[in-house]
Amino acid sequence: MKKFKVVNNKTHSVCGQAEMMGRAVYTQDYEVPGSLVLKMLRSPHAFARIKKIDTSKAEALNGVKCVLTYKNVPHVAFSRAGQGAPQPSPIDKFILDEYVRFIGDEVACVAAINEQIAEDALKLIEVEYEVLEPVLDYKTAYKSKNVIHPEEGISQAFEMGFRPKDNVAASYEMEVGDVEKELAKCDVVIEHAAETQAQAHAMLEPHTCNARLDEHNRLVIYSSTQTPFHVRRIMAQTLGMPLSQIRIVKPRVGGGFGGKQQFHGEMFVALVTLRTGLPSSMIYTREEVFASSYTRHPMYISMKIGADKDGTIRAIDCHALSDTGAYGEHALTVFMIVGSKVLPLYNKVKAVRFGGRVLYTNHVPAGAYRGYGAIQGNYVLESAIDMLAEKLHMDPVELRKKNSMKEKETSPIFEIMGEGTKGTAMIMESCKLPYCIDRGAELIGWKEKYPRKQVGPHKVRSVGCAIAMQGSGIPFSDMGSCAITLQDGGFYMVRCGATDIGQGSDTLISQIVAEELMTTVDKVIIYSSDTDLAPFDVGAYASSTTYISGNAAWKTAIKMRERLISEAATMLEVKEKDIIFDGKTFKAGNKEISLFDLSNKLIYSAPQHQVAVTESYIGHVSPPPFMAAYAEVEVDTETGEYEVLDYVSVVDCGTTINPMLAKGQVEGGITQGFGMASTEEVIYNSKGQLLTNSFLYYHVPTCKTIKHLTTEFADSYEPTGPFGAKSVGEIGIDTPPAVLCNAIYNAVGVRINSLPITPEKILKAMKEKEGK
Amino acid sequence: MKLQFFLNGTDVVWDVRPDEYLSNALRRHGIFSIRVGCDESICGSCTVLVDEKPVLSCSVLAITVNGKHVTTVEGIQEEVARLSHFFGEEGANQCSYCGSGMAIIIHALKKEYKNPTDEQIRDFMVGNICRCTGYHSQFKAIKAYLAEGK
Ligand code: FES
Ligand code: FES
Repeated sequence: MKKFKVVNNKTHSVCGQAEMMGRAVYTQDYEVPGSLVLKMLRSPHAFARIKKIDTSKAEALNGVKCVLTYKNVPHVAFSRAGQGAPQPSPIDKFILDEYVRFIGDEVACVAAINEQIAEDALKLIEVEYEVLEPVLDYKTAYKSKNVIHPEEGISQAFEMGFRPKDNVAASYEMEVGDVEKELAKCDVVIEHAAETQAQAHAMLEPHTCNARLDEHNRLVIYSSTQTPFHVRRIMAQTLGMPLSQIRIVKPRVGGGFGGKQQFHGEMFVALVTLRTGLPSSMIYTREEVFASSYTRHPMYISMKIGADKDGTIRAIDCHALSDTGAYGEHALTVFMIVGSKVLPLYNKVKAVRFGGRVLYTNHVPAGAYRGYGAIQGNYVLESAIDMLAEKLHMDPVELRKKNSMKEKETSPIFEIMGEGTKGTAMIMESCKLPYCIDRGAELIGWKEKYPRKQVGPHKVRSVGCAIAMQGSGIPFSDMGSCAITLQDGGFYMVRCGATDIGQGSDTLISQIVAEELMTTVDKVIIYSSDTDLAPFDVGAYASSTTYISGNAAWKTAIKMRERLISEAATMLEVKEKDIIFDGKTFKAGNKEISLFDLSNKLIYSAPQHQVAVTESYIGHVSPPPFMAAYAEVEVDTETGEYEVLDYVSVVDCGTTINPMLAKGQVEGGITQGFGMASTEEVIYNSKGQLLTNSFLYYHVPTCKTIKHLTTEFADSYEPTGPFGAKSVGEIGIDTPPAVLCNAIYNAVGVRINSLPITPEKILKAMKEKEGK
Repeated sequence: MKLQFFLNGTDVVWDVRPDEYLSNALRRHGIFSIRVGCDESICGSCTVLVDEKPVLSCSVLAITVNGKHVTTVEGIQEEVARLSHFFGEEGANQCSYCGSGMAIIIHALKKEYKNPTDEQIRDFMVGNICRCTGYHSQFKAIKAYLAEGK
């Protein structure tokens, strides 16, 4: 591995201390004191048409400044998905609409001088609904007589199979080779199907935004968003405002995981502040975060895998159905990832097929969520691989090693499937998956522990494994930029669009710049994600930050170094090529000048100009990070309860720019994925109401959930990445469902084919098996 | 209503509504370390000390602390700076929204035990949700912090 001074070395989070010490750094802390408080009247029906809405009593209430309904807001369809242009999600949402499509959907928004009055005003709004029959099961939603989006004015930016009259938000089909023919030739074929739930992001900071008009009468919105530039663009289009009149500022964000890629209250605070001239603020309650923002797409996925007797996998056939809920945010793109970031793991197949539909239902809308389809696909594929191994009488680790992706290899899927559109062919310049598989097996003690050991009268210990891949941004789509200025005093001001949502992008971009300019992180002052002051970046999604924004920062720092040498050469009256710069001093023969002196001269004596550079980066490939994961579990055969004793992850994400933060991404992802696999049960009642709408009922992992995490990184270098890095934000979340499912099977011989894997399901399956 | 109490050692008198929760009253007076994660007494991010005992400030009415001592992260800045150093070492602060609540809990843990066992540390941490880190790095940071100077 190359030797670095700052990159790949321990560096503390550049904001961690201030955050922990309680400074005013999050969106809510920037709210203008005395702001109008926004509260939302939400639909009590899963599907209804507003026949009559009377807000006069609410408006008459002392202290109420504004009430918004579908009658007085622009009727322009948009997508809240928070994606680039053209948007790969159906344009199927109105700011407020005559129809409400899930329990918790927006009916009317009240702005009042305080929370109490706003709440009181909500009760005074009289609504008469025509209650419609909801569609609550995505498996029967297709061509249902109950059409969720019958309205005019909704559209798709390009052909994505959007057929609202059939309740279809998007659909997709692809095939490489002839799957049926290959399967017919296989010695062994297994079939498997499983279902995943609508996981909640449960980021700790609720969706929050606030607005004010500034000294130029421009609209300034602080928002806990992952995509400030997309919010600005989509807001301008939807509200019919010039882009120049909107500024979006993203302060520190208390977690996102995809849930803040999308619009939340921004349109409402914008409208209220524009109409009243007063500052306004909207903070989701925890119940609203659960029941009125977004979830992961629940899916039903079926797989057929065919192999030769020797364990060569010949064909994979994958079909999926996805539930996008009431609106189609990320419907197509998440769906495609089920195939495109899962199936290439087994790249030696002769044929592969993937397809299916994304259906509308009257559930809480689904949207972007870390893993983004890959976790759903991984659960089913990696369970099926274990089933295949059993049928072949092979060790599942060996089967994976034999068939999985290796360095310098490729998969035809990369070229066929992109993010909503065609993909990009690429060779794996860095892929240490074989090492990850071996090393993980060693760390967990696979040889000794597989498949199980009886450790007590009714206690069994077992191990399970899975492998995974993700991506690093969207090629030819995601763009990041960075601007660096040299300041007098000899330090650097870095402005970038990269959006730190807690994953640490400000820290790692500071490290990249410091490394290239041979300085320390304290000499690099970073300011990010403010549409007025930072250059463009798509935002934090699709594992793009380290790779795309990191590359942009690296390119900019290289340019800055060149500029500095040229400035020093002029000042010292020597040739550029004769200059040696060590980060502090420019030397050429016996002449020298320090960076400190150079920076001061540049500003105060001659030539008196500001040295500033800006660069952008757009990916041409999306090098996948890879990982192998193993868990050891102990299962109580009397109760079905289980405990994870250790979860081993060995990850190839190229160079880890910040090893501790990279580890944090993996371990945080594992734990969140494990929540989905084990405790995060989602329950709707028969009317379509989400019952698991509080931390009381929706159980996220605590510090006691996983006993131990063992996380290592493979020695790997991605030639196209900044200092050899790939992204690492999502990959951690992908494996836990499959790993747990496989470990439980290895322990007690039952395979749980729906998430979460609860003791109750395990015990029930064991009883059924005994009964047979 | 008039509320008199000791905020981080200073005698203060505030005007609060009878139905106002302590979290709200504190934030309204610029105590930003109170991060309200759930407002339903579960996540722990709004934890303060009332007479040295950890309390979820979103779960008690402001008026109930009348005459009492309330400690927030603003009152133990040096200690939190030190703790955050260990968090930095382990990469245990990601979004840090859980951070000040966690800092208060660790303060209380330190008061309660001289040499807490792993289980005792976890028993204190368990009420504080962190959705980012997976807890492992936080746990290691806390252990290192507690071990300092021993
Ligand atoms: S905000 Fe008080 S416990 Fe969550
Ligand atoms: S660091 Fe984000 S919740 Fe703990």
